[in-house]
Order: sequence, then C-alpha cells, then structure tokens
Amino acid sequence: MAKILMKGNEAIAEAALRAGATNYFCYPITPQTEVAEYLAKRMPDYGGVFLQAESEVAVGNMLFGAASTGKRVFTSSSSPGISLMQEALSYMAGAHLPCVIINIMRGGPGLGGILPAQSDYFQATKGGGHGDYRILVLAPSNLQEAVDLTMLAFHLADKYRNPAMIIGDGMIGQMMEPVEFPEKYVEEELPVKTWAATGASGRKPLIIKSLFLDPNALEHNNILLKEKYDQMAKEEVRFELYKTGPKNRILLVSYGTMARICQTAIDALEAEGISVGLFRPISVYPFPHSQLREEISRPNVESVLTIEMSMGQMLEDVERAVAERKPLAFFGRTGGIVPSPEEVIEQIRKLLDAQPAPRKAKKA
Amino acid sequence: MQDINTTFARPEGLTDVVTHYCPGCTHGVIHRLVAEVLVELGLRERTVGVAPVGCSVLAYNYFNTDFLESPHGRAPALATGFKRLRPDMIVFTYQGDGDLASIGMAEIVHAANRGEKFTTIFVNNAIYGMTGGQMAPTTLPGQVTATCPFGRDTALTGMPIRMVELLSSLATPAYLERVAVHSPAHIVRAKKAIKTAFTCQKEERCFSLIEVLSTCPTNWGITPGEATQWLDANLKAFFPLGVYKRPEGMQ
Ligand SMILES: Cc1ncc(C[n+]2csc(CCOP(=O)(O)OP(=O)(O)O)c2C)c(N)n1
Ligand code: SF4
Repeated sequence: MAKILMKGNEAIAEAALRAGATNYFCYPITPQTEVAEYLAKRMPDYGGVFLQAESEVAVGNMLFGAASTGKRVFTSSSSPGISLMQEALSYMAGAHLPCVIINIMRGGPGLGGILPAQSDYFQATKGGGHGDYRILVLAPSNLQEAVDLTMLAFHLADKYRNPAMIIGDGMIGQMMEPVEFPEKYVEEELPVKTWAATGASGRKPLIIKSLFLDPNALEHNNILLKEKYDQMAKEEVRFELYKTGPKNRILLVSYGTMARICQTAIDALEAEGISVGLFRPISVYPFPHSQLREEISRPNVESVLTIEMSMGQMLEDVERAVAERKPLAFFGRTGGIVPSPEEVIEQIRKLLDAQPAPRKAKKA
Repeated sequence: MQDINTTFARPEGLTDVVTHYCPGCTHGVIHRLVAEVLVELGLRERTVGVAPVGCSVLAYNYFNTDFLESPHGRAPALATGFKRLRPDMIVFTYQGDGDLASIGMAEIVHAANRGEKFTTIFVNNAIYGMTGGQMAPTTLPGQVTATCPFGRDTALTGMPIRMVELLSSLATPAYLERVAVHSPAHIVRAKKAIKTAFTCQKEERCFSLIEVLSTCPTNWGITPGEATQWLDANLKAFFPLGVYKRPEGMQ
C-alpha cells in the first residue's frame, strides 16, 4: 500500500481501526484530541462505538465494561487524564482484561503544560494504580513505528489479557510523516475469548472480578499476574541498536522522541569521525535489561549516557542494567522543553573530554 | 424441580448459595425480585449484572447470570461500556446509596442523561452498610451514624439527596420509580416496578432506575422489626414512593 502523509494522532487512530479495534471511549485533552476527532468521523464506517464520556474516570471504567464483552476496546488521553484512569487499569489488570491506552504525554506534575515530555515513565511502567500489577508499555519514536506498535499493542493486550499502553508525546502526536498501513492486518491466532461475558446460556454464570477476599485466592491471582509478566519479559522485549559497534566509546540510552533526536546527534558526530551508539528501548515494560547490559558490557563502551525528557525516570531502569559496571551519566530537559541535537552533542563532548581517549592495547 | 406441593422455591435466577446478608436485611428480598423478573421476562440467559462496592459486593455469587464486579460507584460506566458494545444483551447495575449517590454520582447522572439503555437497582438504606454504618448522602437529618454520632447536622453536611427526583429533572427520557420492600404489599409493588424497568430495557426504550428503600438493622442499631417500622415512619416520609418519570407512550 502507498504511503500517506498523516498527523501522528490520526495515524494512531487509523492503526487502531485497522487492528480491529472499533470501540473507543474518550475525554478531550491536549495534545491528543485529534485521535478522538478522527475517530468521531471514521467510526460510523466501521459500525463501532465512539463515546465521549463525562471524565477519564468514567472512560477507564467504560473500557472495563466494554472489554468484558471480549471485543477490542481502547482510549487515548494525556498525562492528567491517564492519572484518572489508574483506578480502572488496576481493576482491569486484576480481572485479566485487555485494553489499549494511548498516552500522548505532556509535562507535569499537576496541570503542568501541554508540550512534549516523558515524565510519566514511572506511572506507565511501574504499575500506576494500586496493587501489584504492570501494564505492557511500548514507546514509538516515529510515526510508522507508532502505527505498527499500536496494532501490535492490541494483539499483545489480547495475548496477555492485560492492558497495554502506547506512550508518545506531543511531538509524536502532532507531527506529520508518511506512513504505510498493511493491506490487511495479519496477526498470530489468539485463543477464543471464553472469558468474555456473553450471558449464562447453557453454561454456569461467568464472573469478571478483581475481588478475592480469601488471601490465598488473592495471592494466587497475583502469582498468575506475575507469571504473565515473566512471560512478557521472555517474549515481548523490543529494542533497537543504532550505530553501536566496536568503535563507540559512549552508549546513549534513550526512547521515543528523545531517541530520535539522539540519532540526529549521533549522525552529526559520525560525520566528524566520532562514533557514538544508541540503545533504544521500544518496550519500556518489559524493559530490555539483559540486552542493555550486554551492550554496556562491550569493552569499547567507556560510559553510558541516558537522555530523557524528564528529570530521570527510565534512568532507574538503566541503572539496574548498568549495575555500576560502567560510569553512568544523565541528561534531561523537561516541562515541555525538547532538547536539540546540539544540546545532546554538547553532553557527549563533555563526556568525551572528561575521559581520555583509549590507548591502543599493547601487544603481548 | 418444583413438585405439585411446592409453594415457595428458589427462583431459577438465583444460585443455590446462602447469602451473607444480616438477619432482617432486605438486600436479599431485592435480589429475589430482580431474579424473578429476569426469569419471568425470559431475560436471564442474556443478562449481565454489575455488582457495586458495598454490602452487595458479592451479589455476583447469588445471581444466576453473568456478572462484572465494579470499582466503587463506577457500575454505570461499566454498564455503559458493556451495553454499548452488546445492545442485544440485558445489563443491570445493583448499587447502594454510598456507591451511587456519593462516589458514583457523576457516573449515574451522566449515564441517565445519555439515556443508556440499562437498568439500575438503587438500594437506599440511608447509611454505609459494609464499612460499618457511616453517614451516606441519603442519611436523614438528625440520624445518628458512626461519622455523625450527634446526628446528621444538615448545616454542615447538607440535606439528604433524593436521587430519583434529581434524575427526573434531566430532559432525557427515563423510567424512574421509588419503591420499598418492608411489607408484603410494598414488595408486590416493588416487583412490578422492577418488571417495568426491565421491560423498558427489553423494549429498548430508555434508561431505567428503581430506587428501593431498604433496611439496615445492623447499622441502624435496631431489631429487624423496628427497622421496618423506622423505614415506614422516617425513610418513606423523606423519600416519597411513586413513579417519577416514565417514557412517552408507556402506561
Ligand atoms: C474507592 C473506594 N473508596 C472506599 C471504599 C470503601 N467502601 C466499601 S463499601 C463502602 C460504602 C458502601 O455503602 P453503600 O453504597 O451505601 O452500600 P451498603 O453497604 O449500604 O449496601 C465504602 C465507602 C472502597 N471500596 N473503594
Ligand atoms: S450491614 Fe446493613 S446493609 Fe449490610 S448486610 Fe447488614 S443489614 Fe444489610
């Protein structure tokens, strides 16, 4: 299929429809409202459900009810709205229900601002609501990837019967790029949704719940959840290596929009003969810990530089992977400030200046 | 199986489980009425209930229908999500007064205003039962509860909220009625109301809500017998019974 020039929010909305997700609940919030506006126009063609709710609290809980039918359901929102959905996400995780949440993050805390930020990494990857649960989180760094990952998110949500989230920011949501949609969305076959509420006809009543008053039953549910997260860690880790190799003395770690800016910086330095590599997590939960550790452990990597549009959130996951094997530095801008490639280059130069060029290993 | 001599049996709409409700609590009566209506209207096998957070949180164990267990107050949002995707199914929420009139006020008002075609059974016992008898938005003026030990002071906490009256002020069509279940005559009337509500849904007419005045002898701190009298004398006086709204073209 030919490429079409689309705005990020609209491309994500179209991707969801193509993945068979024709049931959408929303509440307006900048910088992602185009998702809703696009779907309001397109949904009638699909005969699906488009509903603007009274709040994000209601949106989350409508997803809960809607997901119980077994059909694909989703929402899109931005940071403050995602906070209000945490109640429902916790219940849905506890009840093993799939859904997809598109989070086009903006700066916080509080009402914060409307410009791009990555300050909800903790909220997305560490649970977000109450209880011992996780959601699967994918972080695209360009629009084609946003399209592909959105489709994949629906598959993974169903595969694991767990909420899955796409985290982007205003840059991903608002910019325009050519994207390509598959003629037909092909995915691995999934089991029949025997867990969906369809009416107790010819079978015992089915109950979808997260309440387990017996502590043994509740612990058991937590063990079931943990097993899913362990399986995700084995099967769903995704990352990209950019210009890593035997020569780069510095390894950048960055995701989403920020990673893309790092790539520009890396290309500019390469033209000067300075080699820098990038490790870009695509799944931020599960986080590619062991893969990152492997890259960090290469003898040519002298130090690691994590760059985020936050005060340092993914940094904690990187710290776990580095585990003091190599010096780890951090650079972050936040509040809606997107670092320029020049700022990134400056940080890299600082690091290079601080560490003497490696001497050639003596021949034994 | 009912034999020829059986005059009273468990309706098919209820499971063979002993409920956890206190002696003299009318939650059980209300469950039974809903279950009977679902079977009589031939709806049981395509019904999904939404249980609240409150004493009836375990309602899903007692009904012989599929069930979802909602967060506190959000049952109307779950019901909306489900019913929008499966308009062919029958959906009802079962909610207490803390659940519906306090934490879930936004969800019920907006669901009613959108005219969501599900049915709400709203159990008003003027108190938070499950958490041990705290003040509810429906607690009567002067009524003593664990969090208003000197009686509800309306100067500080406002007046009790009359939910069917409030919802009947919305312009969207609905079926709204308030009933009680503290005497056989009231129970008969309540069942009729519940049947009308589910009929509205079956005929895809409108949102329907039946407010049921219910007893909580445990947290009112009186005997079951006294509870029925207290309900009749006090609750019913503040919350008048009757039909508050019906869709056009429906008797
Ligand atoms: C978010 C949240 N807040 C508070 C609670 C605690 N809680 C459980 S039941 C309940 C009150 C229920 O009262 P009501 O709706 O009147 O039902 P009843 O028990 O009287 O039938 C509360 C406050 C909770 N489970 N979740
Ligand atoms: S506490 Fe009150 S409402 Fe709850 S079961 Fe007992 S009597 Fe019924």
